Amino acid sequence: MITRGQSGIWSQPASFDFIILPPWWQTWWAYLLYAIAAASIIYLVARIRSQMLEKENRMLEKKVQMRTQALRQKMEELKTTQEQLIQSEKMASLGELTAGIAHEIQNPLNFINNFSKINKELLEEMDEEIDRGNLKAVREIAADLKSNEEKIYHHGRRADGIVKSMLQHSRSSINLTKEPADLNKLADEYLRLAYHGLRAKDKSFNSGMTTAFDETIPPVNMIQQDIGRVILNLLTNAFYAVNEKAKTAGPDFSPMVTVGTNIADGQVVLTVRDNGNGIPQTNLNKIFQPFFTTKPTGVGTGLGLSMSYDIVTKVHGGSLTVTSEEGKGTQFSIYLPIKNN
Amino acid sequence: MKILVVDDELDVRTLFEQRFRKEIRSGDMEFAFAHSGEEALQYLNHQKQEAILILSDINMPGMSGLQLLERIKQKYHKPPPIVMMITAYGDIENYNQAMKLGADDFLTKPVDFTVLKEKLKTALS
Repeated sequence: MITRGQSGIWSQPASFDFIILPPWWQTWWAYLLYAIAAASIIYLVARIRSQMLEKENRMLEKKVQMRTQALRQKMEELKTTQEQLIQSEKMASLGELTAGIAHEIQNPLNFINNFSKINKELLEEMDEEIDRGNLKAVREIAADLKSNEEKIYHHGRRADGIVKSMLQHSRSSINLTKEPADLNKLADEYLRLAYHGLRAKDKSFNSGMTTAFDETIPPVNMIQQDIGRVILNLLTNAFYAVNEKAKTAGPDFSPMVTVGTNIADGQVVLTVRDNGNGIPQTNLNKIFQPFFTTKPTGVGTGLGLSMSYDIVTKVHGGSLTVTSEEGKGTQFSIYLPIKNN
Repeated sequence: MKILVVDDELDVRTLFEQRFRKEIRSGDMEFAFAHSGEEALQYLNHQKQEAILILSDINMPGMSGLQLLERIKQKYHKPPPIVMMITAYGDIENYNQAMKLGADDFLTKPVDFTVLKEKLKTALS
Protein backbone atom coordinates (compact mmCIF):
# COMPACT_ATOMS: atom_id res chain seq x y z
CA MET A 1 0.00 0.00 0.00
CA ILE A 2 1.28 3.47 -0.78
CA THR A 3 0.20 6.81 0.19
CA ARG A 4 1.01 10.18 -1.23
CA GLY A 5 1.27 12.80 1.38
CA GLN A 6 1.49 16.54 1.00
CA SER A 7 4.91 16.14 -0.27
CA GLY A 8 3.52 14.25 -3.10
CA ILE A 9 5.93 11.71 -2.67
CA TRP A 10 4.72 8.34 -2.66
CA SER A 11 5.70 6.72 0.37
CA GLN A 12 7.53 3.62 0.42
CA PRO A 13 4.96 1.12 -0.09
CA ALA A 14 4.18 -0.70 2.96
CA SER A 15 3.09 -4.11 2.49
CA PHE A 16 0.72 -5.84 4.77
CA ASP A 17 0.14 -9.44 4.96
CA PHE A 18 -3.40 -10.50 5.51
CA ILE A 19 -4.53 -13.76 6.45
CA ILE A 20 -8.13 -13.90 5.66
CA LEU A 21 -9.59 -15.95 8.30
CA PRO A 22 -12.72 -17.82 7.43
CA PRO A 23 -15.78 -16.73 9.35
CA TRP A 24 -16.02 -18.53 12.65
CA TRP A 25 -18.80 -20.71 11.48
CA GLN A 26 -16.56 -22.24 8.97
CA THR A 27 -13.76 -22.99 11.30
CA TRP A 28 -12.65 -26.51 12.10
CA TRP A 29 -13.88 -26.28 15.59
CA ALA A 30 -17.23 -25.08 14.32
CA TYR A 31 -17.32 -28.16 12.15
CA LEU A 32 -16.38 -30.23 15.07
CA LEU A 33 -19.18 -28.61 16.97
CA TYR A 34 -21.54 -29.32 14.12
CA ALA A 35 -20.44 -32.88 14.06
CA ILE A 36 -20.89 -33.20 17.80
CA ALA A 37 -24.26 -31.47 17.61
CA ALA A 38 -25.35 -33.69 14.74
CA ALA A 39 -24.16 -36.75 16.57
CA SER A 40 -25.93 -35.62 19.71
CA ILE A 41 -29.15 -34.99 17.82
CA ILE A 42 -28.95 -38.35 16.13
CA TYR A 43 -28.15 -39.95 19.43
CA LEU A 44 -30.98 -38.13 21.10
CA VAL A 45 -33.45 -39.00 18.37
CA ALA A 46 -32.30 -42.56 18.43
CA ARG A 47 -32.51 -42.58 22.19
CA ILE A 48 -35.99 -41.12 22.21
CA ARG A 49 -37.11 -43.45 19.48
CA SER A 50 -35.63 -46.44 21.17
CA GLN A 51 -37.19 -45.35 24.39
CA MET A 52 -40.49 -45.04 22.66
CA LEU A 53 -39.99 -48.42 21.06
CA GLU A 54 -39.00 -49.88 24.35
CA LYS A 55 -42.08 -48.42 25.90
CA GLU A 56 -44.16 -49.79 23.09
CA ASN A 57 -42.42 -53.08 23.48
CA ARG A 58 -43.14 -53.13 27.14
CA MET A 59 -46.74 -52.34 26.48
CA LEU A 60 -46.92 -55.08 23.90
CA GLU A 61 -45.29 -57.47 26.25
CA LYS A 62 -47.75 -56.53 28.91
CA LYS A 63 -50.56 -57.04 26.47
CA VAL A 64 -49.20 -60.40 25.46
CA GLN A 65 -48.85 -61.33 29.07
CA MET A 66 -52.38 -60.27 29.77
CA ARG A 67 -53.65 -62.20 26.79
CA THR A 68 -51.63 -65.23 27.81
CA GLN A 69 -53.02 -64.96 31.28
CA ALA A 70 -56.53 -64.72 29.90
CA LEU A 71 -55.87 -67.67 27.63
CA ARG A 72 -54.45 -69.67 30.47
CA GLN A 73 -57.50 -68.88 32.50
CA LYS A 74 -59.75 -69.93 29.64
CA MET A 75 -57.76 -73.13 29.31
CA GLU A 76 -58.22 -73.78 33.00
CA GLU A 77 -61.91 -73.11 32.67
CA LEU A 78 -62.10 -75.44 29.69
CA LYS A 79 -60.24 -78.12 31.58
CA THR A 80 -62.59 -77.76 34.52
CA THR A 81 -65.60 -77.90 32.23
CA GLN A 82 -64.21 -80.97 30.54
CA GLU A 83 -63.61 -82.64 33.87
CA GLN A 84 -67.10 -81.71 34.96
CA LEU A 85 -68.47 -83.14 31.74
CA ILE A 86 -66.60 -86.38 32.24
CA GLN A 87 -67.76 -86.54 35.84
CA SER A 88 -71.36 -85.83 34.89
CA GLU A 89 -71.15 -88.47 32.17
CA LYS A 90 -69.92 -90.89 34.81
CA MET A 91 -72.67 -89.82 37.16
CA ALA A 92 -75.27 -90.10 34.41
CA SER A 93 -74.27 -93.67 33.76
CA LEU A 94 -74.18 -94.26 37.50
CA GLY A 95 -77.71 -92.89 37.72
CA GLU A 96 -78.69 -95.37 35.09
CA LEU A 97 -77.12 -98.01 37.23
CA THR A 98 -78.64 -97.04 40.55
CA ALA A 99 -81.88 -98.94 40.17
CA GLY A 100 -80.00 -101.92 38.82
CA ILE A 101 -77.61 -101.76 41.72
CA ALA A 102 -80.44 -101.57 44.21
CA HIS A 103 -81.96 -104.64 42.63
CA GLU A 104 -78.66 -106.45 42.44
CA ILE A 105 -77.95 -105.79 46.10
CA GLN A 106 -81.48 -106.55 47.22
CA ASN A 107 -81.35 -110.05 45.78
CA PRO A 108 -78.26 -111.24 47.66
CA LEU A 109 -79.50 -109.51 50.80
CA ASN A 110 -82.77 -111.42 50.55
CA PHE A 111 -80.83 -114.65 50.28
CA ILE A 112 -78.66 -113.74 53.27
CA ASN A 113 -81.72 -112.91 55.38
CA ASN A 114 -83.61 -116.00 54.30
CA PHE A 115 -80.78 -118.45 54.75
CA SER A 116 -79.91 -117.03 58.18
CA LYS A 117 -83.51 -117.44 59.23
CA ILE A 118 -83.57 -121.00 57.94
CA ASN A 119 -80.37 -121.80 59.79
CA LYS A 120 -81.88 -120.60 63.03
CA GLU A 121 -84.83 -122.93 62.50
CA LEU A 122 -82.48 -125.74 61.54
CA LEU A 123 -80.50 -125.27 64.74
CA GLU A 124 -83.67 -125.53 66.80
CA GLU A 125 -84.58 -128.66 64.92
CA MET A 126 -81.08 -129.97 65.49
CA ASP A 127 -81.49 -129.49 69.23
CA GLU A 128 -84.65 -131.57 69.16
CA GLU A 129 -82.95 -134.32 67.18
CA ILE A 130 -80.03 -134.32 69.60
CA ASP A 131 -82.47 -134.74 72.50
CA ARG A 132 -84.00 -137.65 70.62
CA GLY A 133 -80.54 -139.05 70.00
CA ASN A 134 -81.20 -139.24 66.26
CA LEU A 135 -77.64 -138.86 65.07
CA LYS A 136 -78.51 -139.44 61.41
CA ALA A 137 -80.97 -136.55 61.39
CA VAL A 138 -78.45 -134.35 63.20
CA ARG A 139 -75.86 -135.10 60.55
CA GLU A 140 -78.33 -134.24 57.79
CA ILE A 141 -79.21 -130.95 59.41
CA ALA A 142 -75.54 -130.17 59.96
CA ALA A 143 -74.90 -130.70 56.25
CA ASP A 144 -77.74 -128.33 55.38
CA LEU A 145 -76.42 -125.77 57.83
CA LYS A 146 -73.03 -125.93 56.24
CA SER A 147 -74.34 -125.50 52.73
CA ASN A 148 -76.55 -122.60 53.83
CA GLU A 149 -73.62 -120.91 55.51
CA GLU A 150 -71.74 -121.17 52.24
CA LYS A 151 -74.66 -119.57 50.46
CA ILE A 152 -74.79 -116.73 52.98
CA TYR A 153 -71.11 -116.14 52.48
CA HIS A 154 -71.46 -116.30 48.70
CA HIS A 155 -74.29 -113.75 48.59
CA GLY A 156 -72.52 -111.49 51.05
CA ARG A 157 -69.51 -111.44 48.76
CA ARG A 158 -71.79 -110.80 45.83
CA ALA A 159 -73.33 -107.72 47.47
CA ASP A 160 -69.86 -106.63 48.51
CA GLY A 161 -68.60 -106.85 44.96
CA ILE A 162 -71.50 -104.82 43.65
CA VAL A 163 -71.01 -102.03 46.16
CA LYS A 164 -67.29 -102.00 45.43
CA SER A 165 -67.79 -101.76 41.69
CA MET A 166 -70.32 -98.98 42.18
CA LEU A 167 -67.87 -97.01 44.29
CA GLN A 168 -65.11 -97.62 41.81
CA HIS A 169 -67.31 -96.51 38.99
CA SER A 170 -68.02 -93.12 40.52
CA ARG A 171 -64.49 -92.52 41.75
CA SER A 172 -62.28 -90.27 39.73
CA SER A 173 -59.82 -92.38 37.80
CA ILE A 174 -56.85 -90.03 38.14
CA ASN A 175 -53.84 -91.63 39.81
CA LEU A 176 -55.15 -95.11 39.35
CA THR A 177 -52.83 -97.84 38.32
CA LYS A 178 -53.47 -100.83 36.15
CA GLU A 179 -53.86 -104.15 37.85
CA PRO A 180 -54.44 -107.62 36.47
CA ALA A 181 -58.17 -108.33 36.51
CA ASP A 182 -60.67 -110.92 35.34
CA LEU A 183 -62.32 -109.44 32.26
CA ASN A 184 -65.02 -112.12 32.14
CA LYS A 185 -66.13 -111.40 35.68
CA LEU A 186 -66.14 -107.68 35.08
CA ALA A 187 -68.19 -108.03 31.90
CA ASP A 188 -70.68 -110.36 33.57
CA GLU A 189 -71.14 -107.98 36.49
CA TYR A 190 -71.77 -105.00 34.24
CA LEU A 191 -74.08 -107.01 32.00
CA ARG A 192 -76.42 -107.62 34.92
CA LEU A 193 -76.13 -104.06 36.17
CA ALA A 194 -76.86 -102.57 32.75
CA TYR A 195 -79.82 -104.89 32.22
CA HIS A 196 -81.43 -104.25 35.59
CA GLY A 197 -80.66 -100.56 35.42
CA LEU A 198 -82.46 -100.15 32.12
CA ARG A 199 -85.24 -102.42 33.19
CA ALA A 200 -85.90 -100.39 36.33
CA LYS A 201 -85.99 -97.21 34.29
CA ASP A 202 -88.24 -98.48 31.55
CA LYS A 203 -90.68 -101.25 32.51
CA SER A 204 -91.42 -102.05 28.88
CA PHE A 205 -87.76 -102.77 28.21
CA ASN A 206 -86.81 -106.37 27.86
CA SER A 207 -84.07 -108.20 26.10
CA GLY A 208 -82.43 -111.55 26.07
CA MET A 209 -78.77 -111.70 26.94
CA THR A 210 -76.19 -114.35 26.39
CA THR A 211 -72.56 -114.67 27.30
CA ALA A 212 -69.82 -116.45 25.43
CA PHE A 213 -66.82 -116.14 27.68
CA ASP A 214 -63.54 -117.80 26.91
CA GLU A 215 -62.60 -119.06 30.35
CA THR A 216 -58.98 -119.51 29.31
CA ILE A 217 -58.20 -115.81 28.85
CA PRO A 218 -55.42 -114.59 31.13
CA PRO A 219 -55.92 -111.74 33.62
CA VAL A 220 -55.73 -108.44 31.77
CA ASN A 221 -53.74 -105.51 33.07
CA MET A 222 -56.24 -102.69 33.32
CA ILE A 223 -57.87 -99.95 35.33
CA GLN A 224 -61.00 -101.87 36.21
CA GLN A 225 -63.41 -99.01 36.65
CA ASP A 226 -62.35 -97.48 33.35
CA ILE A 227 -62.80 -100.66 31.37
CA GLY A 228 -66.01 -101.28 33.35
CA ARG A 229 -67.26 -97.93 32.16
CA VAL A 230 -66.45 -98.81 28.57
CA ILE A 231 -68.26 -102.14 28.89
CA LEU A 232 -71.25 -100.47 30.54
CA ASN A 233 -71.36 -97.89 27.81
CA LEU A 234 -71.27 -100.49 25.02
CA LEU A 235 -73.95 -102.55 26.78
CA THR A 236 -76.24 -99.57 27.35
CA ASN A 237 -75.92 -98.73 23.67
CA ALA A 238 -76.60 -102.33 22.66
CA PHE A 239 -79.70 -102.59 24.86
CA TYR A 240 -80.85 -99.22 23.54
CA ALA A 241 -80.42 -100.46 19.96
CA VAL A 242 -82.44 -103.66 20.44
CA ASN A 243 -85.10 -101.77 22.33
CA GLU A 244 -85.45 -99.25 19.50
CA LYS A 245 -85.83 -102.08 17.01
CA ALA A 246 -88.36 -103.85 19.23
CA LYS A 247 -90.59 -100.76 19.04
CA THR A 248 -91.07 -101.10 15.31
CA ALA A 249 -90.28 -104.74 14.55
CA GLY A 250 -93.00 -107.38 14.72
CA PRO A 251 -93.60 -109.80 17.59
CA ASP A 252 -91.24 -112.29 15.97
CA PHE A 253 -88.23 -110.14 16.76
CA SER A 254 -86.48 -111.30 19.89
CA PRO A 255 -83.98 -108.70 21.13
CA MET A 256 -80.63 -110.18 22.05
CA VAL A 257 -77.39 -108.80 23.40
CA THR A 258 -74.34 -111.05 23.48
CA VAL A 259 -71.14 -110.43 25.39
CA GLY A 260 -68.14 -112.58 24.73
CA THR A 261 -64.40 -112.81 25.14
CA ASN A 262 -61.66 -114.55 23.22
CA ILE A 263 -57.98 -114.32 22.39
CA ALA A 264 -56.81 -113.14 18.99
CA ASP A 265 -53.29 -112.15 17.86
CA GLY A 266 -51.90 -111.97 21.37
CA GLN A 267 -54.70 -109.71 22.49
CA VAL A 268 -57.73 -110.28 24.64
CA VAL A 269 -60.90 -109.33 22.81
CA LEU A 270 -64.21 -108.44 24.39
CA THR A 271 -67.16 -108.19 22.03
CA VAL A 272 -70.60 -106.73 22.58
CA ARG A 273 -73.05 -107.70 19.89
CA ASP A 274 -76.68 -106.68 19.43
CA ASN A 275 -79.31 -107.55 16.84
CA GLY A 276 -80.72 -104.03 16.67
CA ASN A 277 -81.16 -101.73 13.72
CA GLY A 278 -77.47 -101.28 12.98
CA ILE A 279 -75.63 -98.04 12.25
CA PRO A 280 -75.59 -96.34 8.84
CA GLN A 281 -72.12 -95.99 7.28
CA THR A 282 -72.25 -92.18 7.46
CA ASN A 283 -72.71 -92.30 11.22
CA LEU A 284 -70.20 -95.10 11.65
CA ASN A 285 -67.38 -92.71 10.71
CA LYS A 286 -68.39 -90.19 13.33
CA ILE A 287 -69.29 -92.58 16.08
CA PHE A 288 -66.18 -92.01 18.24
CA GLN A 289 -66.27 -88.22 17.90
CA PRO A 290 -67.13 -86.30 21.05
CA PHE A 291 -70.70 -85.03 21.24
CA PHE A 292 -71.85 -87.13 18.31
CA THR A 293 -75.14 -88.80 19.19
CA THR A 294 -78.20 -89.99 17.37
CA LYS A 295 -80.20 -90.22 20.55
CA PRO A 296 -82.80 -87.51 21.22
CA THR A 297 -81.58 -84.41 23.03
CA GLY A 298 -81.24 -85.06 26.72
CA VAL A 299 -80.99 -88.81 26.27
CA GLY A 300 -77.39 -89.14 25.17
CA THR A 301 -74.46 -86.84 25.88
CA GLY A 302 -72.50 -87.98 22.87
CA LEU A 303 -69.52 -88.52 25.13
CA GLY A 304 -69.86 -92.19 25.96
CA LEU A 305 -68.14 -93.67 22.95
CA SER A 306 -65.50 -90.97 22.59
CA MET A 307 -64.56 -91.45 26.24
CA SER A 308 -64.57 -95.20 25.74
CA TYR A 309 -62.30 -94.79 22.75
CA ASP A 310 -59.82 -92.71 24.75
CA ILE A 311 -59.86 -95.16 27.64
CA VAL A 312 -59.17 -98.17 25.45
CA THR A 313 -56.61 -96.58 23.12
CA LYS A 314 -54.80 -93.91 25.14
CA VAL A 315 -54.97 -95.39 28.63
CA HIS A 316 -54.68 -99.08 27.79
CA GLY A 317 -52.88 -99.12 24.46
CA GLY A 318 -55.62 -101.21 22.93
CA SER A 319 -58.12 -100.58 20.18
CA LEU A 320 -61.88 -100.21 19.91
CA THR A 321 -63.55 -101.22 16.69
CA VAL A 322 -67.07 -101.32 15.36
CA THR A 323 -68.76 -103.27 12.60
CA SER A 324 -72.39 -102.85 11.74
CA GLU A 325 -74.91 -104.08 9.26
CA GLU A 326 -77.98 -101.97 8.80
CA GLY A 327 -81.11 -103.75 9.91
CA LYS A 328 -79.13 -106.66 11.35
CA GLY A 329 -77.07 -105.38 14.23
CA THR A 330 -73.83 -103.98 15.51
CA GLN A 331 -70.71 -105.40 17.09
CA PHE A 332 -68.16 -103.48 19.14
CA SER A 333 -64.82 -105.09 20.00
CA ILE A 334 -62.36 -104.01 22.64
CA TYR A 335 -58.83 -105.26 22.00
CA LEU A 336 -56.54 -105.18 25.00
CA PRO A 337 -52.89 -106.20 24.87
CA ILE A 338 -52.16 -109.06 27.23
CA LYS A 339 -48.90 -107.42 28.29
CA ASN A 340 -49.36 -103.68 28.63
CA ASN A 341 -47.48 -102.00 31.36
CA MET B 1 -100.30 -130.53 43.73
CA LYS B 2 -97.27 -129.11 42.05
CA ILE B 3 -95.89 -125.63 42.45
CA LEU B 4 -93.70 -124.21 39.70
CA VAL B 5 -91.29 -121.53 40.83
CA VAL B 6 -89.90 -119.32 38.07
CA ASP B 7 -86.88 -117.15 38.91
CA ASP B 8 -83.57 -116.46 37.23
CA GLU B 9 -81.74 -116.65 40.57
CA LEU B 10 -80.45 -120.21 40.91
CA ASP B 11 -80.35 -120.25 44.72
CA VAL B 12 -84.12 -119.72 44.84
CA ARG B 13 -84.37 -123.47 44.45
CA THR B 14 -82.34 -124.22 47.57
CA LEU B 15 -84.18 -121.51 49.43
CA PHE B 16 -87.61 -122.94 48.64
CA GLU B 17 -86.55 -126.51 49.25
CA GLN B 18 -85.34 -125.56 52.70
CA ARG B 19 -88.13 -123.15 53.54
CA PHE B 20 -90.73 -125.76 52.67
CA ARG B 21 -88.76 -128.82 53.72
CA LYS B 22 -91.46 -129.97 56.12
CA GLU B 23 -94.20 -129.63 53.52
CA ILE B 24 -92.03 -131.34 50.91
CA ARG B 25 -91.15 -134.16 53.30
CA SER B 26 -94.78 -134.71 54.21
CA GLY B 27 -95.79 -134.62 50.55
CA ASP B 28 -98.16 -131.68 50.98
CA MET B 29 -96.29 -129.66 48.46
CA GLU B 30 -94.21 -130.57 45.48
CA PHE B 31 -91.92 -128.04 43.82
CA ALA B 32 -90.55 -127.66 40.33
CA PHE B 33 -88.19 -124.92 39.22
CA ALA B 34 -87.59 -122.97 36.03
CA HIS B 35 -84.95 -120.30 35.54
CA SER B 36 -86.66 -118.37 32.77
CA GLY B 37 -90.07 -117.72 31.27
CA GLU B 38 -89.14 -119.85 28.27
CA GLU B 39 -88.14 -122.75 30.51
CA ALA B 40 -91.40 -122.42 32.44
CA LEU B 41 -93.48 -122.64 29.25
CA GLN B 42 -91.52 -125.71 28.17
CA TYR B 43 -92.21 -127.32 31.51
CA LEU B 44 -95.92 -126.48 31.33
CA ASN B 45 -96.19 -127.97 27.85
CA HIS B 46 -95.01 -131.30 29.18
CA GLN B 47 -97.16 -131.26 32.29
CA LYS B 48 -100.59 -130.45 30.95
CA GLN B 49 -102.60 -132.81 33.07
CA GLU B 50 -101.15 -131.76 36.40
CA ALA B 51 -102.79 -129.04 38.41
CA ILE B 52 -100.19 -126.40 38.86
CA LEU B 53 -99.69 -123.26 40.86
CA ILE B 54 -97.13 -120.92 39.38
CA LEU B 55 -95.00 -118.54 41.38
CA SER B 56 -93.10 -116.27 39.04
CA ASP B 57 -90.59 -113.47 39.34
CA ILE B 58 -91.35 -110.51 37.05
CA ASN B 59 -87.89 -109.20 36.42
CA MET B 60 -86.09 -111.82 34.34
CA PRO B 61 -83.92 -111.63 31.26
CA GLY B 62 -85.62 -112.71 28.05
CA MET B 63 -89.28 -113.40 28.59
CA SER B 64 -90.44 -111.37 31.56
CA GLY B 65 -92.75 -112.70 34.25
CA LEU B 66 -95.58 -110.57 32.88
CA GLN B 67 -95.14 -112.00 29.39
CA LEU B 68 -95.16 -115.47 30.87
CA LEU B 69 -98.33 -114.65 32.78
CA GLU B 70 -100.01 -113.41 29.61
CA ARG B 71 -99.09 -116.56 27.70
CA ILE B 72 -100.25 -118.84 30.48
CA LYS B 73 -103.57 -117.12 31.03
CA GLN B 74 -104.40 -116.69 27.35
CA LYS B 75 -102.92 -119.58 25.48
CA TYR B 76 -102.29 -122.46 27.81
CA HIS B 77 -104.25 -124.81 30.02
CA LYS B 78 -107.92 -124.82 30.67
CA PRO B 79 -108.74 -124.08 33.39
CA PRO B 80 -105.71 -121.81 33.68
CA PRO B 81 -103.43 -122.47 36.63
CA ILE B 82 -103.16 -120.11 39.58
CA VAL B 83 -100.39 -117.59 38.97
CA MET B 84 -98.76 -115.52 41.70
CA MET B 85 -96.34 -112.80 40.71
CA ILE B 86 -93.29 -111.79 42.72
CA THR B 87 -91.35 -108.63 42.07
CA ALA B 88 -88.47 -106.69 43.56
CA TYR B 89 -90.09 -103.47 42.46
CA GLY B 90 -93.40 -103.18 44.29
CA ASP B 91 -94.63 -100.51 41.95
CA ILE B 92 -98.20 -99.72 40.94
CA GLU B 93 -97.46 -100.10 37.25
CA ASN B 94 -96.28 -103.70 37.55
CA TYR B 95 -99.09 -104.47 39.96
CA ASN B 96 -101.80 -103.07 37.66
CA GLN B 97 -100.41 -104.83 34.65
CA ALA B 98 -100.15 -108.14 36.49
CA MET B 99 -103.73 -107.80 37.67
CA LYS B 100 -104.95 -106.84 34.22
CA LEU B 101 -103.26 -109.90 32.76
CA GLY B 102 -105.07 -112.08 35.26
CA ALA B 103 -102.56 -112.66 38.06
CA ASP B 104 -104.14 -114.29 41.09
CA ASP B 105 -101.83 -112.64 43.57
CA PHE B 106 -98.96 -110.20 43.78
CA LEU B 107 -96.05 -110.42 46.22
CA THR B 108 -93.13 -108.09 46.79
CA LYS B 109 -89.57 -109.17 47.48
CA PRO B 110 -88.24 -109.88 50.02
CA VAL B 111 -90.85 -112.59 50.23
CA ASP B 112 -92.33 -113.19 53.67
CA PHE B 113 -92.33 -116.98 53.69
CA THR B 114 -94.83 -117.23 56.53
CA VAL B 115 -97.31 -115.23 54.47
CA LEU B 116 -96.44 -117.17 51.33
CA LYS B 117 -96.92 -120.48 53.12
CA GLU B 118 -100.41 -119.42 54.22
CA LYS B 119 -101.27 -118.21 50.73
CA LEU B 120 -100.09 -121.45 49.17
CA LYS B 121 -102.03 -123.53 51.69
CA THR B 122 -105.27 -121.65 50.98
CA ALA B 123 -104.71 -121.78 47.23
CA LEU B 124 -103.99 -125.49 47.31
CA SER B 125 -106.80 -126.54 49.56
